[in-house]
Amino acid sequence: MSDALIAVTLLLVAACATAAVAQRDPARQALVLSVQGVMLAVLFTVLQAPDVGLSQLAVGSALTPLLIMLCVRKTRRRGRREEDAK
Amino acid sequence: MNRLRLWLLAVGGAGLAALLVAACLDLPGFGGTRHPYGDRAVRASLARHTANTVSSVNFDQRAYDTLGEMSILFAAVLGCVVLLRQARDERRARPEPAEVARPVRRYALLTLPVALVTGLYVIAHGQLSPGGGFQGGVVAATALHLLYLGADYRALERVRPLGVYETTDALAVCAYLVLGLASVLAGTAFLANTLLPYGTFNTLSSGGAVPLLNAAIGMEVAAAVVVLLAHFLDQAVEIEETHGS
Repeated sequence: MSDALIAVTLLLVAACATAAVAQRDPARQALVLSVQGVMLAVLFTVLQAPDVGLSQLAVGSALTPLLIMLCVRKTRRRGRREEDAK
Repeated sequence: MNRLRLWLLAVGGAGLAALLVAACLDLPGFGGTRHPYGDRAVRASLARHTANTVSSVNFDQRAYDTLGEMSILFAAVLGCVVLLRQARDERRARPEPAEVARPVRRYALLTLPVALVTGLYVIAHGQLSPGGGFQGGVVAATALHLLYLGADYRALERVRPLGVYETTDALAVCAYLVLGLASVLAGTAFLANTLLPYGTFNTLSSGGAVPLLNAAIGMEVAAAVVVLLAHFLDQAVEIEETHGS
């Protein structure tokens, strides 16, 4: 693969990672993390590691954001109940 | 006290950074033409008729490492199941059927079978093309959860008897161990790929024990992810703390 392609995907990964850190809301962070997972998968494929790319696509862009979203939902629900109880 | 801790962290971090830099300076250059380990791995995988060298490394040359990884996943899911169980001061609230926007429902129900078949395909062709039990297992397990998006939680619970998946998880781990022990009984080393014929190159049954170990990992990962997500979903959707406790 040409070096330019590698440089572009590396920059995209860095940009997505920065966006994920800059975002303060955990639910939105999970979504940005998912996009970043796809970018990492593209990077791995460009670097001729499609096996790792597939793992990254399945775990990094689907499973991890889903688990984060479920955790956010659980903690928010608990917070709402405590407010109701007051 | 805080100061001391910071100093300790700084010294440890600096030491780690120095070691990492020293190690990186010795790495071969990026994108070079000499790959001694890669050449040997490819030669060994071709000798055993496994088209996907990565699968050959995972399930043949380094099958013992994969056993460790599988145990880590199994233990991690077991830990989550124990931590996220329904505690004494919690109760289960039946989730109400939710209204799903029509495009979401259509998209989810259309994608579900495609994603499920893709996952199974990736598992089945692990020894031939990129992918394998781990990747395919995660895809197949997450595909099932499109039902939660397209319909509701009750529908998902109906197609997902949790006990069956928990048993499958344990059985798949046992299957991997039994396949390893079979080669010991046959008089070779644990997990050595010498028991089965290597078959014709680039066909589904090629690679000796590789497809079998791959399938065991696929079952284990798919069941483990389903169980893991089920317990997270239970916590997020069903389980509530009771008042006044």
